[in-house]
Amino acid sequence: MAAKSEYNEIIITGFGGQGIILSGNILGKAATLFEKKNATLIQSYGPEARGGACAAQVVVSTEAIEYPYIEKPRIIICMSQEGFNINVPKLVEGGQLFTDSGLVKIDPDIIPKDVKTCSIPATEFAEEMGVKMMANIIMLSFAIAVTKLVSYDSLRQTIEISVPKGTEKKNLAGMEKGFQYGLDLKAEGK
Amino acid sequence: MTSQRVLTGEHFINGDEACTEGALAAGCNFFAGYPITPATEVAETMSRRLPKLDGTYVQMEDEIASIAAVLGAAWGGAKSMTSTSGPGFSLMMENIGLGVITETPCVIVNIQRGGPSTGLPTTCGQGDIMQAKWGSHGHYEIIAISPSSPQEMFDFTIRAFNLAETFRIPVLIMADEVVGHTLERVTIPPAEKIKVINRKKPTESPETYLPYKTDSSLIPVLPNAGDGYRIHITGLTHDERGYPVPDAETQEILITRLINKIRKNRDKIIDYEDYFLDGAKIVIVTYGSSVRPALKAMRDLREHGVKVGLLKLNTIWPFAEDLIRKLAKKVEAFIVPEVNFGQIALEVERCASGQAFTKLISHPGGGIHTPQQVTDGVKKILSDLGSKRKKR
Repeated sequence: MAAKSEYNEIIITGFGGQGIILSGNILGKAATLFEKKNATLIQSYGPEARGGACAAQVVVSTEAIEYPYIEKPRIIICMSQEGFNINVPKLVEGGQLFTDSGLVKIDPDIIPKDVKTCSIPATEFAEEMGVKMMANIIMLSFAIAVTKLVSYDSLRQTIEISVPKGTEKKNLAGMEKGFQYGLDLKAEGK
Repeated sequence: MTSQRVLTGEHFINGDEACTEGALAAGCNFFAGYPITPATEVAETMSRRLPKLDGTYVQMEDEIASIAAVLGAAWGGAKSMTSTSGPGFSLMMENIGLGVITETPCVIVNIQRGGPSTGLPTTCGQGDIMQAKWGSHGHYEIIAISPSSPQEMFDFTIRAFNLAETFRIPVLIMADEVVGHTLERVTIPPAEKIKVINRKKPTESPETYLPYKTDSSLIPVLPNAGDGYRIHITGLTHDERGYPVPDAETQEILITRLINKIRKNRDKIIDYEDYFLDGAKIVIVTYGSSVRPALKAMRDLREHGVKVGLLKLNTIWPFAEDLIRKLAKKVEAFIVPEVNFGQIALEVERCASGQAFTKLISHPGGGIHTPQQVTDGVKKILSDLGSKRKKR
């Protein structure tokens, strides 16, 4: 995975209020501030960011990023059915799809060829841990454990400085949960 | 929120926030504005940051009042700024002219969105470029700057303040929604590494001092209100004393100087970056967020052996006329992708003066060009030029 030159176009999607934009921000921050990679983030702006279908477009690259919009997403992290329906058909062949299994019913007919799908009950885990709000952190950490877009350490440091004050411990616990789930999935060779 | 003026270090922030940080690093201590999408984050960040820095943030009742407050604050000695978008920029036009004739240093940020009127509040446009040049009545010269990334929003805002202070003129930052809302790495250098220029103050005795008398620089040395000098500030045509003299002779002296203080300093003001101009047959002329798809298109085309270069205009007004004239003698065509139906393209065409072909790639707003649209535009020109040659 750690090729010399990497250029990753990522869409994180869900509905407004789930922390989709914060997830994109954490990924971009981890890449630029802790790994010296380049990243851009373009977020849904307007009513969709406050309830409707919402998306963060993130580019993470070792090269200069000229065009910040996503043209051929290689990775989609999806936390709503609407987000799935709108975005998943755009995935490149052989891309990677991450879904919250409690929120997204996978429709195999709209998934492009050779896409690898990984699912995690992120919202369910967050509820079990008593903080439904951190489903986004569980989801992002899960996807990062599998894709290695950024390292464990960079992710952890970024979450610490990005989540609301007083919620760091709980969010980091959520991160551990999602990250471990991703590592276990990989170990199982799924 | 920190009480540190210059946030030295690396940040992952959007262009609006980077603009605010640039302004603060340049010494901005007064902001008056009325929040408007997509410029809201400039005002928002200012409202949090300025009070901790002994600065003043005033949320005004509208944009007419905002620009009036910014001009007044500048006369009180402040380094002042406002930010807005399309509808607010239109409201500011009359007082921008007042700022020009009273030679008031200040910075006006326009995060352009789709227009006319309320248009597209949350998405990109570049339709205010000609309005920036001559939106206020009367004939004048202005300085307008065009950043293409959050880093440039930081760097160019510092430059905007320095130009305003040097030339005593309102400087316009003509950014757009994509530049304002994209988050990217912004590196803020240590405070001592940032070049900050402050306006010159009179040294002459108040008895003999004439406020609008200038030397060969054509730039007056003006006091702040309260410095002990008698000052008279008017939008009327005025003489060296600052008093209204409504006649053709005074008009000629004043307006010629206001025009020439910019025109004769074009070399000091105009800033651009060029890519692969040597041997280029086609040159993409671009500014603002359009730079980004244009750069990608240029690299893709060059990988396929197309001799295309790129000229990135960091200042749009005054326009880089001499450069375009010079290039027009060497290249076959200019391509201008812009998020309007031809504004800078008209300037390029004027300066190319028939020596090179000018092709606009228009975009109505609501987004920016894709790299493919720019690539297709270049390929189309190449095939047009090829068939022309065959006809000969």
